[in-house]
Amino acid sequence: MSLSAKQKATVKDFFGKMATRSDDIGAEALSRLVAVYPQTKSYFAHWKSASPGSAPVRKHGITIMGGVYDAVGKIDDLKAGLLSLSELHAFMLRVDPVNFKLLAHCMLVCMSMVFPEEFTPQVHVAVDKFLAQLALALCEKYR
Amino acid sequence: MVEWTEFERDTIKDIFSKIDYDVVGPAALTRCLVVYPWTRRYFGNFGALYNAEGIMGNEMVANHGKKVLHGLDRAVKNMDHIKESYCELSQLHSDQFHVDPDNFRLLADCLAIAIATQWGSAFTPDIQAAFQKFLSVVVFSLGSQYH
Repeated sequence: MSLSAKQKATVKDFFGKMATRSDDIGAEALSRLVAVYPQTKSYFAHWKSASPGSAPVRKHGITIMGGVYDAVGKIDDLKAGLLSLSELHAFMLRVDPVNFKLLAHCMLVCMSMVFPEEFTPQVHVAVDKFLAQLALALCEKYR
Repeated sequence: MVEWTEFERDTIKDIFSKIDYDVVGPAALTRCLVVYPWTRRYFGNFGALYNAEGIMGNEMVANHGKKVLHGLDRAVKNMDHIKESYCELSQLHSDQFHVDPDNFRLLADCLAIAIATQWGSAFTPDIQAAFQKFLSVVVFSLGSQYH
């Protein structure tokens, strides 16, 4: 389910519009991940707090969103562009790939909250596909 | 038996008393058909569903979206007996409509997003968690009679 040229343009356009709010959305998305899917807190047991809205969660959400923005810039070859991030997730972090889908869903929820007019069904499908491709690229080195 | 906190019960009742069924139902089903195009396989008699524009303007899709959303009413009224409430509907979806139950999960995700577009920041993480827990119970119940 690779992105068409039009969908790549849609993704770049929407992420451009989102840029001023990307930190908020990233922080909020990770907060929602641990709120809606509490089992995901298992990856953050080493933090002082992994509860929704806590400082470490928000900070890490911003970091992750930064990675997503970086991936937008590498949208034409995500596999190659995300190679080192994939190695990190495969050998060090070892996040079960099912969680990428869960976080993607939380990101989509936040995007639709903050940009209800712009997040049309057409934008939704393009961004959903992009996040799925991103997740696939992150899984590349898993096995 | 599913255990609900008071917050979850209140939240579910609150959500369903406030949402506009005529907006959210169609919006959710429309998103599902656009974002997960394979779900169109179940609506062959709805006319031209070839692209987003066609789906978004389709009256049958809109009416069906309202119907599906109202299908959640029985769960809202019967939160302690959701599985039993959906016995018949589950059989129907299995034996008559032959819907892959994974699609219920996809529609549930689209419902969460449809409400998020309407409510904005009022759709807090706690409310989202309660709503998605409720939907996952309905999704499970709708799949329970498949064989």
